Amino acid sequence: MAKPQRIEVSESANISVVRFIDQKIIDPVAIQELGQELFDLVEKDERRKIVLNFRNVEFLSSAALGKLITFEKKAKRIGAELILTNISPEIFQVFAITNLDKLFKIKDSEADALAVL
Amino acid sequence: MAASHSSAERTLHASLPSNLADYHAFIQTVLEQLRELNWEKEPLFGVHLALEEAISNAIRHGNKEDASKRVEVECRLAPNRFWSRVCDEGAGFKPDEVPDCCRDDRLEVIGGRGLALIRAYMTRVQYNDRGNCLTMEKLLGDPATNGACGCQ
Repeated sequence: MAKPQRIEVSESANISVVRFIDQKIIDPVAIQELGQELFDLVEKDERRKIVLNFRNVEFLSSAALGKLITFEKKAKRIGAELILTNISPEIFQVFAITNLDKLFKIKDSEADALAVL
Repeated sequence: MAASHSSAERTLHASLPSNLADYHAFIQTVLEQLRELNWEKEPLFGVHLALEEAISNAIRHGNKEDASKRVEVECRLAPNRFWSRVCDEGAGFKPDEVPDCCRDDRLEVIGGRGLALIRAYMTRVQYNDRGNCLTMEKLLGDPATNGACGCQ
């Protein structure tokens, strides 16, 4: 995989922990790049257990939510497990308003996610 | 961008190009002015998201990113009130026909969430008959959004 620009990936056992680099996920080019880097994790690098850590994310648009939904569908189709963590109250509210707290598995912390993957 | 101040209300107006890269500075100006009016982080988040979704919808779905078309945005800012009108040059749409993203069988559908977010964070949201002008208003002190699904 080419060096990612929108995410940082670290490995813990066989689990990939992804942190977002951008604090605000709004720009359409950045969202496109972010999506491709996430898709590559499951499609090229064959990662099967992924934690998305939102600690750094202060703001995201519905376009970013759309990309996350596409990623979730790809991961599910391939058989990869996905857990979202460290979502701020403001961002969690965005997930709740759009009902995405039902679609995604969400845990409070990375440790909580690592314990169940 | 045009701006005017009165003691009670500030008005900002912008004629934005139909380009998804070129409207963020305007939104930041609105947010900075609301901060000067002592708006706090939580309602500012809602205004940010509602403006982001309204303008990007107008560019993407209304004007279909046609470089010959503009998006006209007017914002009125006061210590306890945010009001905005966002108009595009598209054919318009019927907001009631936007699919309900709250339905469990539509959780994986990509689109339709921007309007749900606008409705959730604003006190009042209204479209004109043609469906190409959105008017929205946020009153500080209204019942805060409770995190319930805001789709319909």
